[in-house]
Amino acid sequence: MTDDTTLTCQDLVELVTDYLEGSLSAQEQARFEKHLDTCTGCRNYLGQIRLTIGALGRLTEETIPAQARDDLLSVFRDWKKAGPHA
Amino acid sequence: MDQEAGDMIWSPQAGAGAESSGPADELSLIAALRSGDERAFETLIDRYHGSLLRLAMLYVPSHAVAEEVVQETWLGVLQGLGRFEGRSSLKTWLFRILTNRARTRGQREGRSIPFSAVWNPDTDPGEPAVEPERFRPREDKWHGGWKSYPHNWDELPEERLLSAETRAQIQQAIDALPDSQREVITLRDIEGWASEDVCNVLGISESNQRVLLHRARSKVRRALERYLDNV
Repeated sequence: MTDDTTLTCQDLVELVTDYLEGSLSAQEQARFEKHLDTCTGCRNYLGQIRLTIGALGRLTEETIPAQARDDLLSVFRDWKKAGPHA
Repeated sequence: MDQEAGDMIWSPQAGAGAESSGPADELSLIAALRSGDERAFETLIDRYHGSLLRLAMLYVPSHAVAEEVVQETWLGVLQGLGRFEGRSSLKTWLFRILTNRARTRGQREGRSIPFSAVWNPDTDPGEPAVEPERFRPREDKWHGGWKSYPHNWDELPEERLLSAETRAQIQQAIDALPDSQREVITLRDIEGWASEDVCNVLGISESNQRVLLHRARSKVRRALERYLDNV
């Protein structure tokens, strides 16, 4: 692809990760952003990817299943009984 | 691939959710643990259990084995408390105990290196980020353009994206990923590790990591779109 080739939407979606990782060349990045400026569909797509990443980051807020918690607490209590640990 | 890649000790950068685990907070937790304070232990398992489990899954063949390894790790932490001098962060120490145990266990179970380490882009058929049917065909004047735009998710109520069902959809999409892709997206986007740390622990190049991350994120987005746009 030469630099005067326009980037299609189908091309752009394949460059999104490289764009977000900052691994596009200056020229590629300019072309990417130029396309975004004029394309609602691709702006929405990039927004969806960003929200996806954000939602993934919130998966760590899970709680430990009750069974695993109980198991671990009994490991702790056994350890404590075996003390001292200072 | 030998042991080398896995032996590199990375220093996990403060990722999502690590804000409250500063050195002062860690030292007081450790002091409390030594004196047998159960709440200190609960604080730690709430903070790190999920991450340890996901990390263990890189090295062992099943969830059940990963659970055992994590439990052994916590016991190892308790037994090693007297030797912990705070030279490394608690998190680094914890993850190091975990990786050592998981790797030993994985070797016994016939799996000791991450799937991504043996993934080869040259033999992997490429896959498009978005279904080709979403774009106008070659003969079209606007070929390669969207047939209909993806929706603007900023317009969704925030609780939609945060709901338990949405989380379950995301989890399902992750579970369905090829192992190598799941490993990368887990460490990068769920755990919030820096790309350099992920490459070190998985023993892969930056560019392979980007390809795996790209495919994984694309698929999770697709699953979310199917769910969010159809309800």
